[in-house]
Amino acid sequence: MTTRGFVGRSRGVDQDRLPPGQYLERGFPVLSYEATPSVDRADWQFSIDTAEGSTSWTWDQMLGLPQTTVTVDIHCVTKWTKFDTTWEGVTIDDFLDAAGVELSSPYLLATCYTGYTTNLPSEDVLDGRAMVAHTFEGEPLDPEHGGPARLLVPHLYFWKSAKWVRGLQTMDENSPGFWEGYGYHIRGDPWLEQRYAGD
Amino acid sequence: MPATDTDARAPGAIGGVGGWQKVTIDSITEETYRAKTFRVSLSDWNGFRPGQHVDVRLTAPDGYQAQRSYSIASPPEVESALDLTVELVEDGEVSSWFHEVAQPGDVFELRGPIGGPFTWTVDDGGPLLLVAGGSGVVPLMSMLRHRQAQNATSSAHLLYSSRTLDDVIYRDELEAYSSDPSGPRVSHTLTRKHPPGWTGFTRRIDREMIDELLDEMGKPPAVFICGPTAFVESVAAGLVTAGVDAERIRAERFGPSG
Repeated sequence: MTTRGFVGRSRGVDQDRLPPGQYLERGFPVLSYEATPSVDRADWQFSIDTAEGSTSWTWDQMLGLPQTTVTVDIHCVTKWTKFDTTWEGVTIDDFLDAAGVELSSPYLLATCYTGYTTNLPSEDVLDGRAMVAHTFEGEPLDPEHGGPARLLVPHLYFWKSAKWVRGLQTMDENSPGFWEGYGYHIRGDPWLEQRYAGD
Repeated sequence: MPATDTDARAPGAIGGVGGWQKVTIDSITEETYRAKTFRVSLSDWNGFRPGQHVDVRLTAPDGYQAQRSYSIASPPEVESALDLTVELVEDGEVSSWFHEVAQPGDVFELRGPIGGPFTWTVDDGGPLLLVAGGSGVVPLMSMLRHRQAQNATSSAHLLYSSRTLDDVIYRDELEAYSSDPSGPRVSHTLTRKHPPGWTGFTRRIDREMIDELLDEMGKPPAVFICGPTAFVESVAAGLVTAGVDAERIRAERFGPSG
């Protein structure tokens, strides 16, 4: 359906790099429903809970693991895409290697210091596809963007990259997290435009 | 209303957002020099919760599509129609279509309603504290209009920050609340310029303003804040410092979105 008189203005950007329905944003909008929490690095912990048990890392222990830097495009379900964002952190693979555990369950729930949750298939966080990021563009991650550390799963819509992340718990079933419970898509692949349930 | 995540989810849960539907513009109201309200009629109507938004999609002749989200300004009591208040954003491809091209009778695509935690109905009770920065007033207006339509008497207060008096959206309607004994209290602050004789606030929202409001409300309110990111961050932090439980605060932030 053509909209009368609409031509669109975003023609200058590389359309092949924009998932369907997205537009290029040069700022870094903040989208979260809650007040930004203050999480002290001294009290920070990240844990991975599996059926076999739980492993936790303090801030310093996390910094002692192999550090990885990635430059990726990020896509928010509210339509903005930001190109070439650089993050440093620890991949989920490296946490698992350090703990000597494998993700035997097919799904995960990411939990956060605010009570926020989001669900993910385990395979979406493996093979270098996800990290706990503590540095953005060479600077400590701002609290409003999820600092001290957030999950980064850039190949899925950005609500999956849980801010203020506190841990990952394995799940046998794909139980919806916070936004997924409000009708957002259970997986959220931006290239398939999986914004809402049923897409 | 204990605003924990679990409690917030139940009433706001939506079975599905549904697909795109074509909607027709019935009327256009100029709210300010850069905000217009578009009343659209919907054939597929399942109601909504005040505070929710919709996705809008425009399509160019060559198939290029642009999508944006807009908050609903009308209350659910206005059935089979929605008011969308659109602020003109510099270089915004969708907002400029609304402002410079759209006429009554024009058709575009809409999807929704969408959104869960940032919603309120009279069943959630009061007191209610709404804090708006600029066009962040739009989803809060849906809550106030719903409250009026339901003749709710629990206390409600809107603190609304604008640059100048000319930037105040829904000014007459907000003014009229002052003559309604059970209407919400409305406080304005004008941060850039104010007319002679102005009796409202003239500064950015600060801790003193927040303390004054909280004292007046007595009981801890449910709080909804909507506005630009920096505004929301500063107001939410001020409320938490003033002793409001972070779990009672719901925020919606927006950046430039065209």
